Amino acid sequence: MTPHLHLWLIPILPLIGATINGVFGKRFSRQTVTGVAWTFSGAAFAMALWVVSQFSSLVLPYTEQLAPWIQAGSFHAEFGFYLDQLTLIMLLIVTGVGFLIHIYSVGYMWEEGGFYRFFSYLNLFLFFMLTLILASNYLLMFIGWEGVGLASYLLIGFWFTKDSAASAGKKAFIVNRIGDFGFLLALFLIIQHFGTLDFTQVTSAVIPYGIEAGGGFLTAIAILLMVGACGKSAQIPLYVWLPDAMEGPTPVSALIHAATMVTAGVYMVSRSHAIFERAPIALTIVAIIGTLTAFFAATIGITQTDIKKVLAYSTVSQLGYMFMACGVAAFSAGIFHLMTHAFFKGLLFLAAGSVIHSVGGEQDMRKMGGLRKKIPWTFWTMTAATFAIAGIPGLSGFFSKDEILWRAYQANWIYWLIGVITAFITSFYMFRLWFMTFFGEYRGEAESGHGHGHDAHGSHGHGDGHGHGGIHESPKVMLIPLVILAFLSVFGGYVGVPAALGGSNHFEKFLAPVFESTLPNQSTTDHAGTPESERGDQITEAELQKYEHKAEKSTELIFTGISVLVGLLGLFLAWLLYYRRPQLPQEIALALGGLYRGVVNKYYVDEIYAAVFVKPLIGISRGVFWHGIDQHVIDATLDDSAAGAREVSGVVRRMQSGNLRSYAGWIAFGAAVVVVYMVWVGTR
Amino acid sequence: MVPLPYYLLLSGILFACGVAGFLIKRNIITIFMSIELMLNGVNLSFVAFAAQWQALSGQVFVFFVMVVAAAEAAVGLAIIIAVYRTRATLNVDKVDLLKL
Amino acid sequence: MLHLVLFLVFGLICVAGAVNLLLQSHPINSALSLVVVMGSLAVEYLLLGAEFVAAVQVIVYAGAVMVLFVFVIMLLNAGAEEHSKGSIIALALGVPGMLVAAILIAWVLVTHSGVHSVALGALLGHPRDIAQLLFHDFLLPFEVTSILVLIAIMGSVVLASRPEAIEHSKKEG
Repeated sequence: MTPHLHLWLIPILPLIGATINGVFGKRFSRQTVTGVAWTFSGAAFAMALWVVSQFSSLVLPYTEQLAPWIQAGSFHAEFGFYLDQLTLIMLLIVTGVGFLIHIYSVGYMWEEGGFYRFFSYLNLFLFFMLTLILASNYLLMFIGWEGVGLASYLLIGFWFTKDSAASAGKKAFIVNRIGDFGFLLALFLIIQHFGTLDFTQVTSAVIPYGIEAGGGFLTAIAILLMVGACGKSAQIPLYVWLPDAMEGPTPVSALIHAATMVTAGVYMVSRSHAIFERAPIALTIVAIIGTLTAFFAATIGITQTDIKKVLAYSTVSQLGYMFMACGVAAFSAGIFHLMTHAFFKGLLFLAAGSVIHSVGGEQDMRKMGGLRKKIPWTFWTMTAATFAIAGIPGLSGFFSKDEILWRAYQANWIYWLIGVITAFITSFYMFRLWFMTFFGEYRGEAESGHGHGHDAHGSHGHGDGHGHGGIHESPKVMLIPLVILAFLSVFGGYVGVPAALGGSNHFEKFLAPVFESTLPNQSTTDHAGTPESERGDQITEAELQKYEHKAEKSTELIFTGISVLVGLLGLFLAWLLYYRRPQLPQEIALALGGLYRGVVNKYYVDEIYAAVFVKPLIGISRGVFWHGIDQHVIDATLDDSAAGAREVSGVVRRMQSGNLRSYAGWIAFGAAVVVVYMVWVGTR
Repeated sequence: MVPLPYYLLLSGILFACGVAGFLIKRNIITIFMSIELMLNGVNLSFVAFAAQWQALSGQVFVFFVMVVAAAEAAVGLAIIIAVYRTRATLNVDKVDLLKL
Repeated sequence: MLHLVLFLVFGLICVAGAVNLLLQSHPINSALSLVVVMGSLAVEYLLLGAEFVAAVQVIVYAGAVMVLFVFVIMLLNAGAEEHSKGSIIALALGVPGMLVAAILIAWVLVTHSGVHSVALGALLGHPRDIAQLLFHDFLLPFEVTSILVLIAIMGSVVLASRPEAIEHSKKEG
């Protein structure tokens, strides 16, 4: 007996919170705003936990329909909600991390203006994100998709009086739109071919089709879906908005641009795995984009001096890993990394926010240093996250990243190689950040008086409140979420320990029913490309698996070792360059000259886009659309028709001369016309 | 024995003169008199047709026309007097304030 | 024969009077020509046998209405017509239009009305017969026109009186 879960409540609760805070928040005290925000996001989290408790008694996938929506001929779409294992994981991540960040934000934003507005937007974001992941059809998901883009715009441009923040918000929204265009085209193709957008219906409609080796309409749909994912999840070529999005408050970066919104693309691709499985060309494209993005972003990350920018490029790079996983059809590995990434990247951003808060708004790492004694809690939690992302054994990042690299190797060794190099670079820049921030001598100004609010931290001098003491630890309300996330970063990976290392991969098993291959003659786990699985059925499944595992177990262990080695190498190099011999980086930079400049300037990608796309588009808009069409065609038509009417009436009004005799003349003329007509008719 | 068309022709000539006077003359009172002339022309054709069709109601109708014409003349002349008082002119071209 | 001669003579007088009305510049002359027209029309009516109508024509039209006209002309001291900027429309459209209409009607009448001849005194309109119609078949129009005349009287009194006179009569009650 499947209980009715009322899933629709989960998104609605934050929406109510957003409305209350948005409409009345200006009159509320900060405490009331906090209460409202915490109540509704906490309620969503509580409901998610309750769903977990009900989970075992559900028949999966669980769907419920709130109301019919579109009924146009044979096409139907409902406000429907969908729950399976994948949704459950996403739900816990979004509501859990979201709730923690709500708690953290109260401390971070306490001194800021627009307090109520921030929490209204944050709750609004939760509403849209939950709609996205709980939707039962692509259309409702698209609403959530667009909505999180809107919330992102509102939150990035939170300090909208600052030009750079407003522009960053616009950039995020517009670049997202480009991706959304691809998404929409994919939706149209799905409607055209399958007549429906419901997930279960589309999946069952896709089943009869075989693998399109050379491309076909399924490949087109998959590629277009990937375009949408590139926009939302900041992959090449649409990643450019994410670094700029750091203009927003740090909790926003943590929630939206690390843990939840940017993962929507990965979620969407995983949801559509039935389509992607049948389009090997699309899968290859996804894997290539993911791998390239991971490497590309990581290289930029090693030169950045703003602590948040480093983390931003790190996010882009880690998202690249997730797409690499999806591209080799290792969807559950991608989701696993999504989960661990939410923990450690969210923690990294929140801790970075704590650091920035402590030094009075400074974000440049060159002006930090030696903070580890002064802000111990922040230091230890950030250390946990840094070790996790670098893939140090035992922590969550190690398991998830390794899973991806192993699966990538099984598809194509080049993916693995680039992935390993990227892991090295990741470890290097993360430890560079770690050393520059927490070790050595303090190079900043907060000690000596007022560290006035660096612009990105807000338009108010943040140091005023505590400028007297210099560097200080953050309040408890900010530290508690850091500790919880640190705990998850350290221990969160144990749900997915692979068989090679002695665990039974609970995570993968949990998600197996979701990603069950729907192809006609495949095995029931989501391998891709392993040659053994194409043999006939002379050998039984179990024996086959045992044989595979044994042979691969040793290889997997070797590769795991290589990953660990690479991580430690990055740590060593960072220690060397930023602790032991801090003058070396400058010399290297000078020696590399042009190459270094290119990397520091993000390979001039923004400038290229501006020159190739933005300027011509603005030129066309101004010249053709505004002057040419709007002014000279549309306005001219209206103005000229009005002028014409004026002219005509100017002529006609001369009849009203006031002169009696002209009236008489007209009457006589009219009478004559009538008479002539009557005579003509009468004598015909 | 006068053929009927002669009467009608006479009536038409009178009517045409009336219209012409209405269009050409500048004095309001003269214009009014042209209207009376038109009415008289019409009266003649009524009586002529009554004689032809042997219907006495034609002559009764003439009677009514005359009554109405008299009433109209009275009111019209009163208006002319009022106009003269305000405009101090009887020239119809000068009374053109109702123009756009 | 006599009928025709009489008709032609008085018809000519009518037309002459009408044309004279157009040609004269002083309104009093036009008024007097109109009286001539009405008089000769009365004779035409007699030729057609409409005695009552002829009498009424002379008494009411020529005797009352035209007197009123002459009276107003004298009251307002209307002089000879001045030349003023006329209306081109009237001359360009009205007159030709009217001429065309007139000629057309005349043509129609002449060609299509057959060769009916009206005898001298064709329809005798005794007052007794007219009264019979007037007070039986046309009683309603009769009464309505009497009301119309009443209203016209009141209207013309109000319109033509001086504003002070109205105030004066109001004060008096």
